[in-house]
Amino acid sequence: MSATRIRILSARNVLPLGRGQSGGAQRSDGDSKLRLLTSPHLSPSSPARALSSLSATRRGLPQEKMSENGMMSRAKVLTIDNMNPTVKKVEYAVRGPIVQRALELERELSEGMKKPFAEVIKANIGDAHAMGQQPITFFRQVLALCSYPELLNDNTFPEDAKSRAHRILQSCGGNSMGSYSASQGIESVRKDVALYIERRDGGMPCDPDNIYLTTGASDGIVTMLKLLVCGEGASRTGIMISIPQYPLYSAALAELGAVQINYYLNEENCWSMDINELQRALNEAREYCNPRALCIINPGNPTGQVQSRQCIEDVIRFAAKERLFLMADEVYQDNVYADGCEFHSFKKVLFEMGPEYSKSVELASFHSTSKCYMGECGFRGGYMEIINMDDEVKVQLTKLVSVRLCPPVPGQALMDLVVNPPQPGEPSYDSFLKERTATLNALAEKAKLTEQVLNTVQGISCNPVQGAMYSFPRIIIPEKAIKEAMALGQQPDMFYCMKMLEETGICLVPGSGFGQKDGTYHFRYSA
Amino acid sequence: MSVLQNTPYGRSLKHLEYAALGGRAYQIRKELKQGLEKPFKTVIDVSSGNLHSAGIKPLTFVRQVFAACLYPQLIKSNKLPADVKQRAQALLEECAGGSVGSYTPTRGIPEVIHRISQFITWRDKGAASNPENIYLTPGSQWALENILKILVNRLASPGTGILTPVPCYSTSILSMNLLGAILVPYYLDEENGWELHVQELHRALASAKGVCNPRAVYIINPGNPVGQVQSKKSMQEVIQFVYEKRLILLADEVYQDSIYTGNSTFYSYRKVLSEMGPPFSDTVELASFHSVSKGFIGECGLRCGYVELVNLDPSLKDYIYKLFSKDSCAPVLGQIAMDLMTNPPQPGDPSYSLYEAEIRAIRDTVTDNVKRASAVFNSLPCVSHHPVNGGAFLFPKIDLPTKAVQKAKEENLEPDTFYCYRLLEETGVYACPGSEYGQAAGSHHIRVCTLISRDVMEELLTRLSSFHRRFMKNLS
Repeated sequence: MSATRIRILSARNVLPLGRGQSGGAQRSDGDSKLRLLTSPHLSPSSPARALSSLSATRRGLPQEKMSENGMMSRAKVLTIDNMNPTVKKVEYAVRGPIVQRALELERELSEGMKKPFAEVIKANIGDAHAMGQQPITFFRQVLALCSYPELLNDNTFPEDAKSRAHRILQSCGGNSMGSYSASQGIESVRKDVALYIERRDGGMPCDPDNIYLTTGASDGIVTMLKLLVCGEGASRTGIMISIPQYPLYSAALAELGAVQINYYLNEENCWSMDINELQRALNEAREYCNPRALCIINPGNPTGQVQSRQCIEDVIRFAAKERLFLMADEVYQDNVYADGCEFHSFKKVLFEMGPEYSKSVELASFHSTSKCYMGECGFRGGYMEIINMDDEVKVQLTKLVSVRLCPPVPGQALMDLVVNPPQPGEPSYDSFLKERTATLNALAEKAKLTEQVLNTVQGISCNPVQGAMYSFPRIIIPEKAIKEAMALGQQPDMFYCMKMLEETGICLVPGSGFGQKDGTYHFRYSA
Repeated sequence: MSVLQNTPYGRSLKHLEYAALGGRAYQIRKELKQGLEKPFKTVIDVSSGNLHSAGIKPLTFVRQVFAACLYPQLIKSNKLPADVKQRAQALLEECAGGSVGSYTPTRGIPEVIHRISQFITWRDKGAASNPENIYLTPGSQWALENILKILVNRLASPGTGILTPVPCYSTSILSMNLLGAILVPYYLDEENGWELHVQELHRALASAKGVCNPRAVYIINPGNPVGQVQSKKSMQEVIQFVYEKRLILLADEVYQDSIYTGNSTFYSYRKVLSEMGPPFSDTVELASFHSVSKGFIGECGLRCGYVELVNLDPSLKDYIYKLFSKDSCAPVLGQIAMDLMTNPPQPGDPSYSLYEAEIRAIRDTVTDNVKRASAVFNSLPCVSHHPVNGGAFLFPKIDLPTKAVQKAKEENLEPDTFYCYRLLEETGVYACPGSEYGQAAGSHHIRVCTLISRDVMEELLTRLSSFHRRFMKNLS
């Protein structure tokens, strides 16, 4: 009988969510030489930095400054110099400067300015409806009925849509989607999510109490990271993320002042994960931080790779051996296109590996209403399933989620429909199935087409798009272009993408926004 | 010793206590459903400003527009009024791909932001609002948290201080604490309608010396839990204070539509700031927050608010944008609710008369609720309630007898939490204890929502009155 395993995430090592215990005023002199990689303001060589957060008044600095015309103007209270330093490090390429330029071009076009293109194509963001994908009729019918229940008397709506709406409304306070729900999410929705997971994972039990409904998957991911990040200096939390990655992760880590540990996906092998590479990254990271979690996006973003079952098992074994919390971002779980590829949920594989792993490995898996065949990004619906979380940490989690009150109720209602769609025999089943199949087929076709076309272009090579909804081709940028880019202070792939935008109106995101091996360049194109 | 232990918010930061009360209310509801015998048939939940769950109906126009936006087939049908269909049509054209399921730009749908800024300019009688400074967010609490993130440096020594009212909305306190801010309490004057005296701000600021680096003042106007509506004079004094002391002003104005006496007017901080002219109007750095959760529209579950930033350093803009961007955007239906709230039907529109009637009914209900509840509270032994002019709650003071305080101690509860537990168990009324919000030491209060239907209020007052008399009799 094995001894009770001490949780990776326990009350003793979860950030106490506030000031004090894990840092701040209790730093001892002994810690001063061990500094965060990401927070140079703690460097002992610049003690003056500690004062920088004091207001100008208290530092005795001038509160006024001379403006250009010689007039005395008051210095701002909140400035770049005294703002929270970690926020300064946040970047999010998907909505970054290239998008700003794309919006400008759109404005110019609408004002009648002549361009080499008639419209701007915003292929920077995974926004299905924006690119013409149609919403699922049944979902929208139910949500309309939930919004304006008078329509329940209307006979143009199918009976199954009405009964779903009725059921959802009964689970809402005052029968209105406008009421706050419990912070963890509407109980009946969480129960439905649990049943969905059980069906998806071949009957593996799922406890609704482990389900947290979230504001998009992003909310869940950031919440978990907040729980994980603590410590200082060499004990500062390190989080392993894939390179390339979806830049929410790097942005959140920057904001939280966590240490980002990069592990590289293998481009030569269709962006597969390699345990040796994970080990390398981990071993190196242990020199300067305390690695606590491993994040995986499967199917991948931006790369689209779908991990094999063997790979997932290997990752679980690795996490168990190295005592890492697993974060499995599975928002593209329905978007699998390539022959021979199949989505395997981390939860399912974990439990199939038996109690040695399933009773100990700590896992959070994330899903969303934004992708797959739904594409309902604007609803901000999502959930996370937490496995093997310490009870006291759960208390902290409850605190965290209560601060944002509750996830958007229409998103919760939508999630309920996603996990509980029309069944054979129900009036809406046939049209639902037809729409879903058509949408997934269209996405698969686009993935294949993109890969084919891009591979015909000299200087571009594109791995097969196994899943998700993006292609991430490699581009060979000539020396001359690289030099020109550097002269402009731009990453070469940003330079390439900006030129693409100005000349063709197509807005892409440069690979540098997601991370890539040094000396390689890519762009992400949303299918 | 932790600084936190000495603040009036100590208990609320532990969170467990009042969360447990909510958990118990939830359990009781379940037990009732299962048929368990209780001295009451229903739970009356007045613990939060959750309008629709307490009998206030959603606004018809708003819900019709939602339905048409969600299922555009309705626009072609004859089931909805013409102005609903037009509004939905126009909104869908402003959404990418004509769908409310698309992402929007980070700050929100540009046309919606533009209309909101027009609303603000109109509301503030000319103090022009710049749409570039408005950010639609998933709720005003999210906006507050993220503006605070820019301001609060968790690792700084001394820590970042925020001046916060006592009493104060508990979620805001928790949020600040989670970010690593040090709370610097300033006490509102209960004897005088919970007025904010600027001398008290001075005292609070002085108390922060050597403890933390104060950077902002957080004000809720109209207040929560106390519904004071700040006078213009008081607001001018606050503005002068933040100007002199070089502090950011965080103005939480989500209850601006909840004014229910004729002798009070809501002034926004940006309006008063603008009227004061230079140097204040072009230097005081202000963030003002609004929401679709309260007022008459009450769409809490849609999660949408906005923050307007006034006089902030332009070089911060990029950082704010990136910080907000990683969470994509506010839920689109919520953005639409914000648009409808700030640009409702106008005279002559087909939906106007119904809309106006519904608003009037809610306003009348709440005014009556406040009058009725105040009268009842003041008639109960050891309960006093000072008149307030706005907000969504009443916060009566209860002088708990020594025996009650003793019993509470034995159960390791704050006295007013103990009172609320008993109230819940014996009558099914779920109200919040004053200790959740902070209060002057030794005083006790409960918070009760007034944005509820008339009959829920009547039932609430009946149950609470008989409970209170019993409680006081047994524990005196």
